[in-house]
Amino acid sequence: MNAAALDRGAAVLDEARRIAGAVVDPEIPVLSIADLGVLREVRLNDGRIEVLITPTYSGCPAMTMIALEIELALEQAGLGPATVTTVLSPAWTTDWMSEDGRRKLTEYGVAPPAKSAGRRALFSTEEVACPQCGSADTSRLAEFGSTSCKALWRCNACREPFDYFRCH
Amino acid sequence: MPVASISVSDAPLLRYTLRRADDALILGHRLSEWCGHAPMMEEDMALANMGLDLIGQARSLYAYAAKVEAAGRDEDAYAYLRDVRGYGNLLLLEQPNGDFAQTMLRQFLYAAFIDPWWRTMMASADTTLAAIAAKAEKETAYHLRHASEWVVRLGDGTQESHRRAQAALDALWPFTGEMFEVDPAERELIAEGVAIDPEALRAGWRETVAGVLAQATLAVPQNDWMQKGGRNGHHTEHLGHLLSELQYLQRAFPGAVW
Repeated sequence: MNAAALDRGAAVLDEARRIAGAVVDPEIPVLSIADLGVLREVRLNDGRIEVLITPTYSGCPAMTMIALEIELALEQAGLGPATVTTVLSPAWTTDWMSEDGRRKLTEYGVAPPAKSAGRRALFSTEEVACPQCGSADTSRLAEFGSTSCKALWRCNACREPFDYFRCH
Repeated sequence: MPVASISVSDAPLLRYTLRRADDALILGHRLSEWCGHAPMMEEDMALANMGLDLIGQARSLYAYAAKVEAAGRDEDAYAYLRDVRGYGNLLLLEQPNGDFAQTMLRQFLYAAFIDPWWRTMMASADTTLAAIAAKAEKETAYHLRHASEWVVRLGDGTQESHRRAQAALDALWPFTGEMFEVDPAERELIAEGVAIDPEALRAGWRETVAGVLAQATLAVPQNDWMQKGGRNGHHTEHLGHLLSELQYLQRAFPGAVW
């Protein structure tokens, strides 16, 4: 392959990475899969684009939807047909969420995940700041919320309930 | 016309993977039975969420089993087309939900075992099992915490909740020995570093269980006679009823998709 062809290949990959990375999580539409850290790699395989994603939770139904959305987005951009491959290792963690993603989550009204270090103690709870008023005076209502990734919390200062993106 | 059951080979890695997949599927199905019936909305969602985690883990394991067997089957074939005798799950996990105390004690006794089990499996020489383990251990850590909180709440709650929690514990206790069972084929996998020796987890399990039960003011059963058979397809009467519901659609309408 000559230099010009290599440049073209790199440009196509950049474009594919941008388009695939912009696909959003259907459960939290303010977060893209790039923000979430779900998008692992985009590469060319015999001229066909392959997108590698990592599942968040083992049983998360959004993963099927995300894979379909990626194929569709690349098809619409004229870069298809693309292959979406799921890779299990290394296992996804909420630590991979971008700073930008954490900010967007808070603005959306969902408290971003704590860093995973403090998770192990059997009867511990995290310290979570209210995404509405910022108060640290909050309490957990339910460990398991409306989706696999969320817990239900309440702010004792502003009295508003809110979702917490569980540390994973 | 009803579709015939499949049988799978005795290859050690295939058997090992299917047994763990069966554990996750059967307990996941049991938890899903609470959907719409739990004592409160938060618990309805918690039980369904945990069921979803378990069924997700089961899918990863069945998909790997299909790759190991290389007989052109997919994950659904193992779940829907094996009969009771083909299932190798722990007897503990097929026990009926009973009251909320029985569901929570079952959940607790298993989570206290499987959570460290997955964490240890992350070091398996089998890279796929290690990768599945790295996902699952994060989920089971939540399951253990959730169940432990409930065991304490029920055991150290009212007289009635204490009575029910102790009765559930006593009824389920004889099914816990099976978690530590190893057969000769699994012994080989342990020697290869693919599987882990559950005996190494026994002391930790006893410690977690004794600690939470003490906090819950529940008595550790003294009867150490243990029931077994699940790993080899000898099940209690409950599994057949569970499978008749789980498999009905694929048996009545073979290959149905939507």
